[in-house]
Amino acid sequence: MTTWVALVVVVLMLASALAVLLLRSFVAAVAATAVVGLGLTVLFVLMRAPDVAMTEAAVGAGLSGVILALALRRLGLWRIEDNGRGDGDA
Amino acid sequence: MRNLASLLFAGGLAFLLLTLLSQLAFGTPPMRVGSEILAVAPGEVGAANLVTAILLGYRGFDTLGELAILFAAATAAGVVLGRRRDDARRDPPGGEVLRTGADLLFPLLVVVGFYVIAHGHLTPGGGFQGGVILAAAFFVALLAQPARHLSHGLILWIEGLAGAAFILIGIWALVASGDFLAPLLGPGRMGELLSAGTLPLLSLAIGLKVGAELAGIMAHIADAEAPDT
Repeated sequence: MTTWVALVVVVLMLASALAVLLLRSFVAAVAATAVVGLGLTVLFVLMRAPDVAMTEAAVGAGLSGVILALALRRLGLWRIEDNGRGDGDA
Repeated sequence: MRNLASLLFAGGLAFLLLTLLSQLAFGTPPMRVGSEILAVAPGEVGAANLVTAILLGYRGFDTLGELAILFAAATAAGVVLGRRRDDARRDPPGGEVLRTGADLLFPLLVVVGFYVIAHGHLTPGGGFQGGVILAAAFFVALLAQPARHLSHGLILWIEGLAGAAFILIGIWALVASGDFLAPLLGPGRMGELLSAGTLPLLSLAIGLKVGAELAGIMAHIADAEAPDT
């Protein structure tokens, strides 16, 4: 059972890691990196390392995503819509 | 020229790693320190959460190194980002939903952060995790109302005092028992909030320091001038 859960999580992580490379929108890529961190958190929980899982959830899924998003905004790349209609900077 | 230098660097690194790999067979020498710590730690440190006993008791010096690295990173970020212009545009407030949500979340996040810090020696968690949660609490409030100012002076004071407290506890242990950062005050009864000697104090110092540092970094990046669109 655990193996299957881990397998699904690993596939999800690989898919979102690929999505980071392939997605055109920077905002979506940042969200995908957070998904990789979240998957890693689940793996740590499965391996019975709750301490590491908490750190990974806080830093990998939360903090690094926020810092990447802030850096995007600072560079002026924070665009929700990518079809040139308007720049919806949040 | 630069390509050649990179090639030389990569080659040298590969050579060093290969030397290490060829000299040391994989998995040797066997690391027996883990089982040793498992056997000794409950009686010696008295922390129900063994991970914290190792992080703050047996490997306290490494933790001090991590704090130093985080401090260097925060300092570097502050130097690189610089100061904002006084007349620069600010972001508009985040709106009703975000503001109410932030007001609702802020006390909960602060309580959870301090809970995780205070129970670091009993349940999974500790200074780093709790500190990040504290930083998130202050950052959510800042996201909702960018005009609200996070006092950088206060952050610097908290950060400095917490770091100094960590080192002072270490020196206190050095004077009292002869080992830097050795747990003092006796192990106490395992599972109680006030047990495991000085570990909760160290945990609190780490939590405040990490929280102040990360909140400072994020406030600094978020405090940038809004894009002129």
